[in-house]
Amino acid sequence: MAKITLIDAVNMAMAHELGADDRVVVFGEDVGVNGGVFRATAGLQEKFGENRVMDTPLAESMIAGMGVGMAAQGLRPVAEIQFSGFIYPAFDQIISHAARLRNRTRGRLTCPLVIRAPFGGGIHAPEHHSESTEALFAHIPGLRTVIPSSPQRAYGLLLAAIRCPDPVIFFEPNRLYRMVKQEVEDNGEALPLDVCFVLKEGTDVTLISWAPAMHETLQAAKELEEQGISCEVIDVATISPLDMDTILESVEKTGRAVIVHEAPRNVGVGAEIAANLAEKGIYDLKAPVQRVTGYDVTMPLFKLEKQYLPSVARIKDAVQRTLEE
Amino acid sequence: MSIAAKFEIPFEQFLDPKGKPVKDLPKWADKEELLKLYKMMTKVRVFDTKAIALQRTGKLGTYASCLGHEAAHVGIGAAMIEEDAFCPMYREYGAQFMRGVKMSEVLLYWGGDERGSNFSGPQHDFPWCVPIATQYLHAAGSAMAFKYRGEKRAAVTVIGDGGTSEGDFYEALNAAGAWQLPFVGVTVNNKWAISVPLSKQTACETLAQKGIAAGMDVVQLDGNDIIAVREVMQRALEKARNGKGPTFVEMMTYRLHDHTTADDARRYRSDDEVEAERAKEPLIRLRQYITDQGWWNEDEEKALLADCKVKVDEAIEEYQSIEPPGVEDMFDYHYEELTDPLAEQREVAIKEARRNG
Repeated sequence: MAKITLIDAVNMAMAHELGADDRVVVFGEDVGVNGGVFRATAGLQEKFGENRVMDTPLAESMIAGMGVGMAAQGLRPVAEIQFSGFIYPAFDQIISHAARLRNRTRGRLTCPLVIRAPFGGGIHAPEHHSESTEALFAHIPGLRTVIPSSPQRAYGLLLAAIRCPDPVIFFEPNRLYRMVKQEVEDNGEALPLDVCFVLKEGTDVTLISWAPAMHETLQAAKELEEQGISCEVIDVATISPLDMDTILESVEKTGRAVIVHEAPRNVGVGAEIAANLAEKGIYDLKAPVQRVTGYDVTMPLFKLEKQYLPSVARIKDAVQRTLEE
Repeated sequence: MSIAAKFEIPFEQFLDPKGKPVKDLPKWADKEELLKLYKMMTKVRVFDTKAIALQRTGKLGTYASCLGHEAAHVGIGAAMIEEDAFCPMYREYGAQFMRGVKMSEVLLYWGGDERGSNFSGPQHDFPWCVPIATQYLHAAGSAMAFKYRGEKRAAVTVIGDGGTSEGDFYEALNAAGAWQLPFVGVTVNNKWAISVPLSKQTACETLAQKGIAAGMDVVQLDGNDIIAVREVMQRALEKARNGKGPTFVEMMTYRLHDHTTADDARRYRSDDEVEAERAKEPLIRLRQYITDQGWWNEDEEKALLADCKVKVDEAIEEYQSIEPPGVEDMFDYHYEELTDPLAEQREVAIKEARRNG
């Protein structure tokens, strides 16, 4: 089995579903001949034709709104927003329609729409290309927000997203697009959209993360392990709906929790996890929950990007704080 | 300078405000068809009047009247086939009644119950759409699905004059043009977007020309003349279903009532203006025409009004007899399967509802 990158896995999942299901169409800006600005859709138009893989006019609200229309009429549209920072014009369609269609028609119409977008910081991109905005979407009832952080999970979760009968926001950490390679079998097997993944078992502390910060979190766990601190590492992956059971189970065992995310701290998803731990896991906790996050500032341009992003050192410090208590 | 391109806006009208034909009527406009349309417009008028009264007496929430739009709405509905998809804004009851939506369902929606949007009629039709212009993209997307599957179906959507200032409106027209989708966009130009008159909405001479910018055929028509509405819509739909591309239609009419029951139009427009427009409203001219043809008389008019009143009263009774939804209803339709966090909250809400009796 060949080892592939996360972006290859995204491409492979779309190719698989385009091949398996006539209802699946892929569309977005530059996804055709160009294969997407990151090449996530490379070769798909050539293989499946212009009817299945469509370049759209340059209009994000149109991409989301037409996706709602196509989904309601029985297609399985997979839309690409070129960068998550360009998704805001589509916000109205996502919130007012994609997320609500099933509820407001009492199930008469549904919206099996996937909106994919590159996401997060760390690639020295221009302004508006590096934000982490998962909390904005996690807050909306009716949506699923999913962020894979490995080639295997990208493949399995994107298959699940495309097959999901409800709308899914699928953020792809662009920093991880080509960072690591993994063996991924093109077997059409989806991963569940309602669970967190325990990437590594441990006994002293639970590290909870997702998206590109998963990379630093795993690195911190490795270094702490060398110092004799046993870390359990969880990739939340599906941010909403949130699987607290897996997190609570882990914290019951370790008694310590450190949450790591790139997004700003204020009202971030980390706050929701921490609140749930306080409500349901407080008696298991041996130390206050720690958060390692982006600061509550506008995502800086890339000269200060590194200082903004949660570092391995900051994560290790947070773990040390839980052990000192 | 030479001329790079030249455009024209065709205008369609068959009956003038006094009910006199300005040219030969289309073949379909015979006694049977025109009486059918007249009866439906009358039913819509009676329904609308009653719905406003229901709101005034606290038996309905805020309601958006369609007074004066009957020809536009019923004409659109008459031209569509079941397989077409309709993406309305929020006052096109005439079109929806033609497609099988029940009066009680309209009342249920404005009565604060989502079940109203799970309405009868073609199950692929979109529900009422309050965020202005967003429905235009749903129609473009629906049309894309029809085109993709090679189906002979079209998507029809409606927007007001104010809505044509929105980004989603332009994005939808542009996409429908670029992809030559089976799409018919309608703007029911009733001159007022709540309190903002058309003159402040745009510098365009017509709204129809906005379709030209998207590369599609356009027509402006007398939206109080149901014969013009139905004829133009039929032509546009036939064209769309046969893969000949989209059309944008501007229907000139006037909003005779307040924007909604929460609005008071006397704050921003004169009674003189409204009365002048009332003389041009759609029922008067069609009634005059069918009377002139000897197809209609006062007794039949009285009988029709009495019949409409009975049917509307029955619908109101049906609406009022529907029990409010159970509290679990607000949880059960967010995802195909209830998620764990929602299941937990659903239990809490059910307990709370029991406690509060």
